[in-house]
Parts: sequence; structure tokens; C-alpha cells
Amino acid sequence: MATDPRRQAPRPGLVLDVDRSTPPLLFHHGDNFRLEKLPAGRSRVIYAPEPLPGLPDPEGSIREALLNPIDHDPLPSLLTPGMKLTIAFDDVSLPLPSMRRPDIRQRIIEQVLEMAAEAGVDDVHLIAALALHRRMTEAELRHALGDRIYDAFAPQGALYNHDAEDHDNMVVLGTTRHDELVTMNRRAAESDLLIYVNLNIVSMDGGWKSTATGLSGYSGIKHHHNVATMRESKSFMDRHKSELHHSNWRQGDVIKNHGPRIFQIETTINNNTFGYDGPLSVLQKREWEWSARDRATFMGMKKGLDLMPSRARRSVFNNWKAPYELTSVQAGNVESVHEVTLENCLKQHLVPVEGQTDVLMFGLPYICPYNVNSVMNPILVMCLGLGYFFNMYRGKPLVREGGVLIMSHPTPWEFHPVHHPSYIDFFEQLLAETTDPLELERKYEKQFAEDEWYIHQYRKGYAYHGVHPFYMWYWGAHALQWLGRVIVVGGDPRSVRRLGFQPASTMQDALELASDVVGPQPTITYMHNPPILMADVT
Amino acid sequence: MSTLSRQLGLPRLTRFTGRFRRLLTATEFPLRAPSTPRGVAPLAKPSRVGADYDTDWARSTTAQVARAALVEGPMRLAVAGLAAPERTGMDRLIDVDGPLIFAANHHSHLDTPLLLTSIPEPWRHRTVVAAAADYFFGNRVTAALSALTIGAVPMERTKVGRKSADRAAELLEQGWSLLIYPEGGRSPDGWGQEFRGGAAYLSSRTGVPIVPVHLSGTSRILQKGRSLPRPSHTTVTFGRPLRPQSGENASRFAARIEREVAGLADESTSDWYQARLRAHREATPGLTGPTTGRWRRVWALGDRRRGTKPRQRLWPDL
Repeated sequence: MATDPRRQAPRPGLVLDVDRSTPPLLFHHGDNFRLEKLPAGRSRVIYAPEPLPGLPDPEGSIREALLNPIDHDPLPSLLTPGMKLTIAFDDVSLPLPSMRRPDIRQRIIEQVLEMAAEAGVDDVHLIAALALHRRMTEAELRHALGDRIYDAFAPQGALYNHDAEDHDNMVVLGTTRHDELVTMNRRAAESDLLIYVNLNIVSMDGGWKSTATGLSGYSGIKHHHNVATMRESKSFMDRHKSELHHSNWRQGDVIKNHGPRIFQIETTINNNTFGYDGPLSVLQKREWEWSARDRATFMGMKKGLDLMPSRARRSVFNNWKAPYELTSVQAGNVESVHEVTLENCLKQHLVPVEGQTDVLMFGLPYICPYNVNSVMNPILVMCLGLGYFFNMYRGKPLVREGGVLIMSHPTPWEFHPVHHPSYIDFFEQLLAETTDPLELERKYEKQFAEDEWYIHQYRKGYAYHGVHPFYMWYWGAHALQWLGRVIVVGGDPRSVRRLGFQPASTMQDALELASDVVGPQPTITYMHNPPILMADVT
Repeated sequence: MSTLSRQLGLPRLTRFTGRFRRLLTATEFPLRAPSTPRGVAPLAKPSRVGADYDTDWARSTTAQVARAALVEGPMRLAVAGLAAPERTGMDRLIDVDGPLIFAANHHSHLDTPLLLTSIPEPWRHRTVVAAAADYFFGNRVTAALSALTIGAVPMERTKVGRKSADRAAELLEQGWSLLIYPEGGRSPDGWGQEFRGGAAYLSSRTGVPIVPVHLSGTSRILQKGRSLPRPSHTTVTFGRPLRPQSGENASRFAARIEREVAGLADESTSDWYQARLRAHREATPGLTGPTTGRWRRVWALGDRRRGTKPRQRLWPDL
């Protein structure tokens, strides 16, 4: 393993011009795959950089970061016996897919707690900073934090999920100069020290977004999770060009002045999503480098997946734990730490690309941040494609304004009734009426956000908040405004039409349909993702 | 036989054996072994048991395969049935490469099968067990069985000698991991004993890290002095690998290993954070128990003796 040349010298990302010798290309297609041949001479494929090497001594690097933080006092000097200490951490939406044990959060929090124990700190709470996401289950908390932490804190009620609808335990810290309300979990806000443990998988995560969003509630989040903000975030993956982040940073200023003292710990991981060996490693290789064994593995896997019922396929993929490795860890002042984090994150993801094309293509995988151990419903398909993947750019979008987006996903009319109850109503009732984000926001957001039944399911069950499907729709608002048409290959026609998109049964049909909008012989970019990449478009 | 040979007309067998015996006794040195002159101490026969038993054969590929089959088959089944183990802390070994020394507390003969089925890969099938030379290697049969079934190597515990330490160090340098019980033997009363410096010395000498391991519950199943096991539940807790600190001698390092194992014991009976708080206050309960009279030590075992009470007979022996 250690002698694997790919680990010693990972290659940077690649933009490949498709010619007649280019083999069919792999497209993720939900919990299955497709191989598609793209037109030669006018198509290009963007491949992600190979995984950067992980830190050789993760434990030592974490300790070093805590003892020598950036623009902050060392952690041990902040810990005193009678203090109130709160440790907040990223929820189940990160990383994607979940990583193999031990999770980075466990490694970091164990070291933080070791220092707290040395200082004799008794009053420690751990909070999953999930904002309006669903609560984490015991198994998910155990996976993220390890059994030792779970068994030490959960039975005493000192390890729990943030509850944004528990109004007695939320406090208002103030308002920004743009009149944005800043709210926070009471325990976190009233602590002598708040330590935030973050896991950056893409450049959108981290910074003030961790605390200003993660520990906030609807009244605070609505100021940046709205159509206007998302349309002005070009893209929301580019922190300095993202209105979403500007708003969070303004809220961060209020937290800085009126909230608790914060010690931010941020981490980045590499692109080793499917491993160097094993059944899924083929998904991380470039097609012309597939060995006979890779091809046999792929064909066997594809055949097996074709024969399985969708529930079994989902279960197979949900059980996959990625062998991610830690590439950096930095701690200290929120803003200073985040700049270093971004640098390390982009080092792994950025691929320079020249110019835009008429058509952009994605193969959407089985997972997005909101369907971990759950169902990828049509709204999440829209959010993953038009929200996350479309925004994986810096500079300008990969597709020209008015261009066409072609996505490959089965888009089944299927929902997880426990996790996504409000999504069902949003899809079946609201999208039947309109797909315009502004209209949906104006007419229905408040109603869904304040619905007692959704709130009850969010607080006591494992449901996403009632307003969450709106945010998913807003996530794609910039792309909806930019694109001339969205086509879904191999999707359930009913679901695809309900989303306001056009279904196509084959890639050839999709290209025919696209030519109605962008003209014949369009230029094409295929973003070969995951493993994750971000295009630096000039 | 003699009747049969008579009937067949063959010479009697005893005639031949008697003649052969006479021939042997009639032969002289050098055909016969020399006798030792009086007043001269006879040369000691080279020992082939105890610490001198050669276990190289038990690390051949064939023996390794046989042992792996035994560990993963009958041994794992027996351990699961008797000990219902709960194994924790393996994630602490995730960043370690190369051989390790697993240092555990010792209560029962069940400890070794339990650990051999609990040590995670890639160490499990490349581990030798330091076993008491005077007990497991007392004769050729038990020595061969111990070497084959658990990969035992003899460790001298009754006299001072470098031989077993040198051999263990050699094996560590060859990439074998070592399972060792620093207490030197099973607990006589349910409490632990002071850790000796052997494991610490080997770690200092070879640079191989020591993984402290705490076992609990095995004394309930098969404590010293009992011959029949009684099923119960057990826990195996692996700690973080330890290395000798600069200027730390073997006895101090051994004391640190003992504290770590005591910390793991505390972790398995309370919770991890409370155990760490106590560890930093130097208030971790020791492994060796109170230094009081015998009955008070037994009394202080409290819950740890659960299940060891003999079954009540319906009719007492009169």
C-alpha cells in the first residue's frame, strides 16, 4: 500500500478533450452507474485531482494544532476547573460518504477532552450542531464520536443534538448591520468557552457558518437561506464571492462581540472516497487506466446492482465507509483558521479550466448531505445537481448563461417518511403549483416553517425541519436562473417533470433535446464527480 | 507366540533378544557409553525443556496456518461461548505500523485465548505469547502443545537470565508481536499484582511500542485453582500505544504501564471521561487492591467476584 505510486505522487486534476479513442465514460446514476460515449471533438471531461497524501501522524498534528493555535491562546491555557465548556461538532451531513472509524471528530474531541480532564473541567457538554437538519441517531453519534465519548456523556444528558425549536434554550445575541437576527443555542452561548470541531469536505463548510448556522434557528438562518442570497452567491462554494458567507460572517461579528469565546478547530480530508483497493476503487480511476481486473469488477458490480431491488442497493451503498485521510488540521481564531482551511481544501479540489461550454453534464451519485442513511428523493436530486455540483466553480459557471444542464439520475418518486415528511408535501402539493423559488418562498415558506406537526417531528423524531425542502430548492436558485434547460437522463419522467425538468431516456436523446436550446453540435463539459472537484474557470 | 513359532518350526524370539542383550552388555567403550569416574561431576545433559525449548518450528508456515485455523475456528467459538467478550479501544491502534507488545493483566488461563481472538489484524496471526518456562514448557509434550496452539515462547520467571529476553527481542526485531503478562502469573486472589519490568525492558531495547490491555471478567470464568470454566461475560479494552520516555528506566516505565492498565480498568467500570479526570488527579484505583488483611481484600473485590460463588447444592455433603 505504502509503495503505491498514486499515493506517493498524486496527479493533479485533468481536463481531457474527448476524441474517437476516448473510451465510454463512467457516469454515477444514483445507486447505479452508466457508461456513456460522448461526441468527439466538442466534448471535454474534467477529472478530480488524485487524493493528496494524508498526514503521517494525525494524532500528533491534532495535538500540535491545539497547543499552537492560529491567532489564539493555546487550548490548555483556556481550560480551568470550574468553567463551563461546550464542544459543538458537525453533524451527520459530513463527510460524504461517512468515513471509516475512527472519525476525525472523535480523534479531535478525545484530545480536547484529554486536555479538559487534565485541567479538571467537570462541566462539559457536547452538541451536534445540526441547525435545521434531522437529529443524529445513537448509532450515528457513536460512529462520529466513538463509543468512549458516547458512553461517558450521553447517559448523563451531556451529549445531545441541537434543538433550534426549543425556544427556552435559544438566545438572541443581537442583530447585524443588515438587520439580520443572530440566535444561538443557550448552552453554547452561555459557556465560558465554545470549541467548534469542523470537518471541511468542500469549501462551503466551516468558518462562521459553523456556529452562525449550525447552532442557530429558523429566525437566524432565514436571513441567508433565501432566494435573493443564493442568487447572489456566485458561487456559494467560493467564500469570498458568496453572499451566503458574507451574511454568516456578519452574524459572526455579532457572535464575536456578544457571544461566547470561540476556539475553532477545522480539518480537511483528501479525495480518497472509494479507496485504492477494494470493490469501489475503480470509481476513482480514469477509464482508460482500468485494468482487466477493474473492468471485471465493474461489470460484476453493475450486473449485481441491476439485479438488486433498490432497497438492497441503497443498503449496500449506505454501508460504504470512505477511507478518507486527514490532510490538515488547524485551530484558533475562526477567521484566520478558515483561510488556512480553504487553502488546504482547494489544494485538493481545484482544477483549472478554460472557458465555458453550451452543455454541462453530471452523473449524480447516491448520496448528498441530506440523505445519509436515507432516501435520495427528487428534491435532493435537484439540490445536489443544481445546488452543489453546479456551484462547484470559482470564477464563472462551467456552462454559459442560457446553456443546458444534463444530469444522470433515476430520480425515483420516493421519500423517506421519517426523515423527509415536509419534502413529501412540498413535492406533491407545492411543486405541482409552481417551481419558481421566489413564489414558493413568498407564499409558503413561513407556513411550512411554523407548522406544528413538522416542528414536532423535527424535535422528537428524526425529521428535517419543515422549512428544509425550501432551502434545498433555493440552493438551486442560481442555477435555475442561469440555465436554459435542465434534462435528466434515465429519470422517472413523472418526477422529473414535477421538478420542472425534461426527462430523456438516453444520453443521445438528451443531446438532441439540448440542441433545441443551444443549437446543433453544442460544446460539452462533463464534470467527472465524485471524487469531488472544483473548477477554476477562467 | 511361542506356541505359534513352535508349530511353524521357527526359532523362539526370546532366544534372539537374550543373545542381543548379552552382546550389548559384553561390548566395551567406545561401542558402549563411557562411565563417569568417581569423584568427577557428570556433565549436565543439555536441557530441551523449560527456557531452552526451541520453538522455531512453531513459527513455520505450516504451524502458523494450523494455529490460525485453530484460533479462528474452535478457539473463537469457545471464547464466544464461554466469555461473550466486548472488545473496545481497537481504534486506538489505527495509526500504528509494525510489531507491538501487548501487555495485559492476568487472571485466568482463558486470558490468552481471549486475547488471541481479540487482538486486531494485522497483528493477530503474527503474535507470540510469552509463557512461563517452568509451567508451560515443563515437559516436551506441554511445550510442543503450547508452542503450536498459542504460539508460546518460554519466558523465564523464576531465575535471572538473559536468554528468554534475548529471544523475545529477536522475535520483535523479526516483526513478530508479543503478548506478555507483566504480572508474571495469574492473580491468586482476584486482585492484580505489581507489574514487573520485562515488557518495559523489551520495549526500551527494541523500540517497539507497548499496548496496555485490560481484561475483566475472566477470573469469574476460570480463576486460578479452578479446573472447570463457568460461562460469564468479559471485556477487553485496548489502550493507546506507549513508548519509553527519555530518561525513563524499565521499572518506571513498567509502573506507567500498570497505571495505564489501571486507567483502562477504571474506564471499563465507570466511563472514559471520569476515568481520565481521575487519572489526571492521580486518583485512579490501583490494580493491586487495598493493602489490608486477606478478608478485607476479598471483601473489597465486591462486584468483581460476581458469579464465583459455588452453586448451592440441594443436599449438603454430610
